[in-house]
Amino acid sequence: MSVDFLGPLMFVVVFLFIFAGYPVAFSLGGTALIFAFIGIELGLFSWNLLYAFPERVFGVMSNGVLLAVPFFIFMGTMLEKSRLAEDLLRTIGMLFGRLRGGLALAVVIVGAMLAAATGVVGASVVAMGLISLPVMLRYDYSPMLATGVISAAGTLGQIIPPSVVLVVLADQLGISVGDLFIGALIPGLMLAGFYAVYVVGVAIAKPAAAPALPAEERTVHGVALVRQVALVMAPPLVLILVVLGSIFAGIATPTEAGALGAVGAIVLALSRGRLTMKAVRETMDATAKLTTMVIFLLIGSTAFALVFRGVYGDIWIEDLLTGLPGGKIGLLIVANLAIFILGFFIDFFEIAFIVIPLIAPAARILDVDMVWFGVMIGMNLQTSFLTPPFGFAIFYLRGVAPRRITTVQMYRGVVPFIIIQLIGLALICLYPELVTALL
Amino acid sequence: MASVRTSGEFVARCVGWVDRLNSRLGIAVSWLTLAMVVVGAYNAVVRYLGRFTGWHLSSNAYLELQWYMFSLVFLLGASYALQTNAHVRVDVVYSRLPERWRRRIDLWGALLFLIPFAVFGLVMSWPAVRNSWAVLEVSSDPGGLPRYPIKSVLLVAFTLLALQGLAEAARNWQRLRALKAGAEEEDMQQEGLM
Repeated sequence: MSVDFLGPLMFVVVFLFIFAGYPVAFSLGGTALIFAFIGIELGLFSWNLLYAFPERVFGVMSNGVLLAVPFFIFMGTMLEKSRLAEDLLRTIGMLFGRLRGGLALAVVIVGAMLAAATGVVGASVVAMGLISLPVMLRYDYSPMLATGVISAAGTLGQIIPPSVVLVVLADQLGISVGDLFIGALIPGLMLAGFYAVYVVGVAIAKPAAAPALPAEERTVHGVALVRQVALVMAPPLVLILVVLGSIFAGIATPTEAGALGAVGAIVLALSRGRLTMKAVRETMDATAKLTTMVIFLLIGSTAFALVFRGVYGDIWIEDLLTGLPGGKIGLLIVANLAIFILGFFIDFFEIAFIVIPLIAPAARILDVDMVWFGVMIGMNLQTSFLTPPFGFAIFYLRGVAPRRITTVQMYRGVVPFIIIQLIGLALICLYPELVTALL
Repeated sequence: MASVRTSGEFVARCVGWVDRLNSRLGIAVSWLTLAMVVVGAYNAVVRYLGRFTGWHLSSNAYLELQWYMFSLVFLLGASYALQTNAHVRVDVVYSRLPERWRRRIDLWGALLFLIPFAVFGLVMSWPAVRNSWAVLEVSSDPGGLPRYPIKSVLLVAFTLLALQGLAEAARNWQRLRALKAGAEEEDMQQEGLM
């Protein structure tokens, strides 16, 4: 009897369970067990195969790259919980406030700077939605521009180093975290630049959509404003630049830089008198939970991958992907479409752990540049998270947006940013040097 | 000692006990994230200093301590994350379902996926842990830490996860019964009105 159907069936079953809403990590582990029984009954493999599982878990425990995950989460969460991120948004808003579209620009800049905190799309979109959406609406920003820029800037952090998802993605693609950080730098900043250009364009073409702050709201002027900018904006910026710089210069590994960055965030909070017991507790709690969530997802998908291999699912998918018409181009199109559609329903980490290990071997066989591939996946997912009707970013922002803003307005607001994303994607496909130039 | 009158009360008491155990443990290991940051930063700084000064302030023990703490965080924090619903779900459908269905999914998910998976992890890890103890396994790097304690944590983690899974299943089952009883009462009231 042919057992070729088991691999595809396993895939279908796990997605059914995942969509029922049970935690993904355990849906993966449970499905692995069910198919392990089937595989053993059919004589495809024995329980011995599964003794590799504890060894894999042990490999995760002692993995020096994944160790960077809690460090970057800690650093980003500390900046958020000590409300330094909020100060940043207010100050930059004040700085650009006199310009039309100034607040929207502030959102783009803060979104790019808070990269480290963005593991999960939800966190940054919700944070920025809570802080900046009410202000933008109070000063008569067009709801479409306001919600569009917040959704887009909230996902932007994923592709700008040092984001946690890039760490995980590098681990799964089998490339160095430093290389992926360097590769993502130009494309990420390019997108931020495009967002800013778009905001300025709207402010010029439709002044009513993006008004300047009224004079009475701009309470800080001249020297005082410069001082406030230096005090609030410079320290986190320097922290991020030092962390990235030390990785790029090869002085520190990403893990070391992450640990130092976390200490830096603590020092910043302390220096502004914001290192309260409450902030520390909340940071530790969020870091522990988010780390556990990410690593257990990996443990669940490890069990899944083991059994998937046992039922020859890996051979099935590799044949499928390497045998596509058009070879490399065919693979890239199929992979991008699959990731784009999956991005409607599942977040970056699930895709990195479930889908990437399936695609990566085929990509390597077809000689795709893995750093470039990683950056493209990141950008693609970010676009997916913005795309109606399922885009994650929109969902999360919907949760914190006032009722009077309709969901349709939000859909229309993200459209220009989706177009910008697609332009960005096209550019890195046409000019791979955007990724590889600094490597 | 207060007597336990019904099996329902007994179950509720056990659920409370498991909840308290795992939440205390979860909060305790969350402190390790801070400790990790301190040790990680120390390792980074002394490696850098060592390059110029030739001092060897770091050791494999400190380097390994980092990932020992990392492992403790996610292994012992997993049950706490389960209790506080921190394990990621795809809730496109789930969040739109009535409570009755969400409870059913969580009940059956715990019974069919989580608990078997935790037991599987426990059973599969057992030989590796036993072997590690048998030879009192130590890190292969000079000055490294003993391995058998951290490997043993796997057993503790999967046991606690199975316990929390049982507690979640019991909680959902009781809630489902309460919902059902509530629905029946409502039906009876409606009939009474007629």
